[in-house]
Amino acid sequence: MGILVGKNTKLLVQGITGSEGSFHTQRCKEFGTKVVAGVTPGKGGTNFEGIPVFNAVEQAVQATGANTSMIFVPPAGAAEAILEAAEAGISLIVCITEGIPVMDMVKVHLHLKGKSCRLIGPNCPGLISPKDKCKVGLMPGNIHRPGNIGVVSRSGTLTYEAVAQLTELGLGQSTCIGIGGDPLPGTTFVDVLKLFQRDKQTEALVLIGEIGGIMEQDAAQFIKEQFTKPVVGFIAGATAPPGRRMGHAGAIISGSSGTASEKINALASVGVSIAPSPAEIGITVKKMLAKH
Amino acid sequence: MKIHEYQAKAILAQFGIPVPRGKVVDSPAQARQVAAELGGKVVLKAQVYAGGRGKAGGIKTAQNPNEAEQLAKQMLGSRLITHQTSAEGVKVNKLLVEETVNIQRELYLSIVIDNSARLPVMMASEAGGMDIEEVAQTHPEKIIKTHISPLLGLQSFQGRKLAYGLKLEQALNKPAVSLMASLYQVFQGKDCSLAEINPLVVTTDGKLLALDAKLNFDDNALFRHSELAALADPEQVEPLEIEANKQGVSYIKLDGDVGCLVNGAGLAMATMDIIKLVGAQPANFLDVGGGASEEQIAAAMGILLDDPKVKRVLINIFGGILRCDVAARGIVAALTKRKVTLPVVVRMRGTNADEGKAILSQSGLTITPAQDLLQAARLVAAAKGGKA
Repeated sequence: MGILVGKNTKLLVQGITGSEGSFHTQRCKEFGTKVVAGVTPGKGGTNFEGIPVFNAVEQAVQATGANTSMIFVPPAGAAEAILEAAEAGISLIVCITEGIPVMDMVKVHLHLKGKSCRLIGPNCPGLISPKDKCKVGLMPGNIHRPGNIGVVSRSGTLTYEAVAQLTELGLGQSTCIGIGGDPLPGTTFVDVLKLFQRDKQTEALVLIGEIGGIMEQDAAQFIKEQFTKPVVGFIAGATAPPGRRMGHAGAIISGSSGTASEKINALASVGVSIAPSPAEIGITVKKMLAKH
Repeated sequence: MKIHEYQAKAILAQFGIPVPRGKVVDSPAQARQVAAELGGKVVLKAQVYAGGRGKAGGIKTAQNPNEAEQLAKQMLGSRLITHQTSAEGVKVNKLLVEETVNIQRELYLSIVIDNSARLPVMMASEAGGMDIEEVAQTHPEKIIKTHISPLLGLQSFQGRKLAYGLKLEQALNKPAVSLMASLYQVFQGKDCSLAEINPLVVTTDGKLLALDAKLNFDDNALFRHSELAALADPEQVEPLEIEANKQGVSYIKLDGDVGCLVNGAGLAMATMDIIKLVGAQPANFLDVGGGASEEQIAAAMGILLDDPKVKRVLINIFGGILRCDVAARGIVAALTKRKVTLPVVVRMRGTNADEGKAILSQSGLTITPAQDLLQAARLVAAAKGGKA
């Protein structure tokens, strides 16, 4: 099973003809993802490697039944691309684009409120369910193997690092999902934990956080109250200098809870096994599973 | 992106927010002249990006134009050390010379994005002039908040809620609400990440005035604000960080001697963490980002090597959106061009890793390959430092 993407995923790529869009569309297709359509305004009627290209998401959905979109549109137009996908009835929108203005995302979130579609990202590496051979994102497919570990992360490449360690130890993954590094992600740790809790294939979870915000603390609270599967955690940025990324007044709203040690304490206090270094995420999972 | 106080006040004034009369100067003679224009008694305020100026001696009062000239002579060219600067402090190149104001009350007003609510939030407090983080810690009840929809802007009832909370005299409620609405227009119109007036003062003759102002802008939105680019003061920022910004990579200078080049912010932080865990010190945070080009990688290498503290280098690339072969070409180009002899450890995995490794090994350069992150960290920690 896994979560969010699988056998029923019919993928549409917004910005399919750009250099990143085209490169990663091919990698997704090679991995086994059903890529049914591409959208680039002005290039409707053409095709990319046999994938039909449309001018608008709505046309693409009508013609192909696409239910998932992966967005590579440049930052200035990316927020609009998300809205276009949502209006066309896409149920899962994965926005890869990095560098979207915060105010644009505020408006997007307001507009998506109450709608049934889910946004992952922006500024995210996407997600992958190895058993169903479905990849909607940038991650190198060959480091994954099917299995029972769910992975959720705010980072891209650090997730690959963790996954490669799991795979080397023979620990396959159910779904690996990068929720993105933006301050206002569409899908949070808690959202993903809810999905993994319900997923029968997933038996244990790796959660990779980083400094800033309070999403990890919220996750810890949810784990304490509702999440019954074993969790390994790692928080990047224990050595990061304070004050460089967190705006002065921005720290008020979340109290001053942005440091790695606070997040580690929050997770450890609810029974999460903390990996002592980024090189020991896989081994920490293995040790934890041996105990269970 | 940050700007100076005098620039922030000019923007606020454009949006109809009252600010003290004043002018920015860069010479003692100008300070004297402006003081004379303003009636003699003035305040001189050092224009630096760091906060905490008052306690550090960056704000001084002159009784007359003569004294203004004398004080400006001392302040201009000096280095101001506040709790927000490095030990070396920041150079004072400009002073804002302003009329003095008779203060009845000091208030606080700001707007930031509340990440949890995914909305801008306006905050007001009666405890103006103080460090607002301290107020949040010790007297959270003294901060009044209201979330704002960017589709609607600040509604009058929201402004009134804050104005009543500040216990203003009746006649000031209307101007306060109008000032708040203007501040929100600045915040949204200029894509700010922070718009802060601290203190917002009530003068003894019963008027509201933005005595100090701070505007920070969302870097991701600068593409639609060409007017803001001209406001940047490069002298206030670490030069290598400016160069990194130009190249579209994210660089923060630290104090160690292991230069790091990594793709992805999370992995870059994790790489710093593990360098420290094995007993060495990172010289920088450097995330070359998602779709870096060969040229960007080469430029990033150059920035890293420009730091004289760097004695050894760790490159950690896990290819995803960035392909390892692209990274390898950039690394080879930079190392060849600069004839680098210091130890370089490279760990590569992921998209096109084999091609990347082949490019490195065929380059003829002395590069130590590492299999995994821990080995890479240990190798670089054990490497005898060289000179960039």
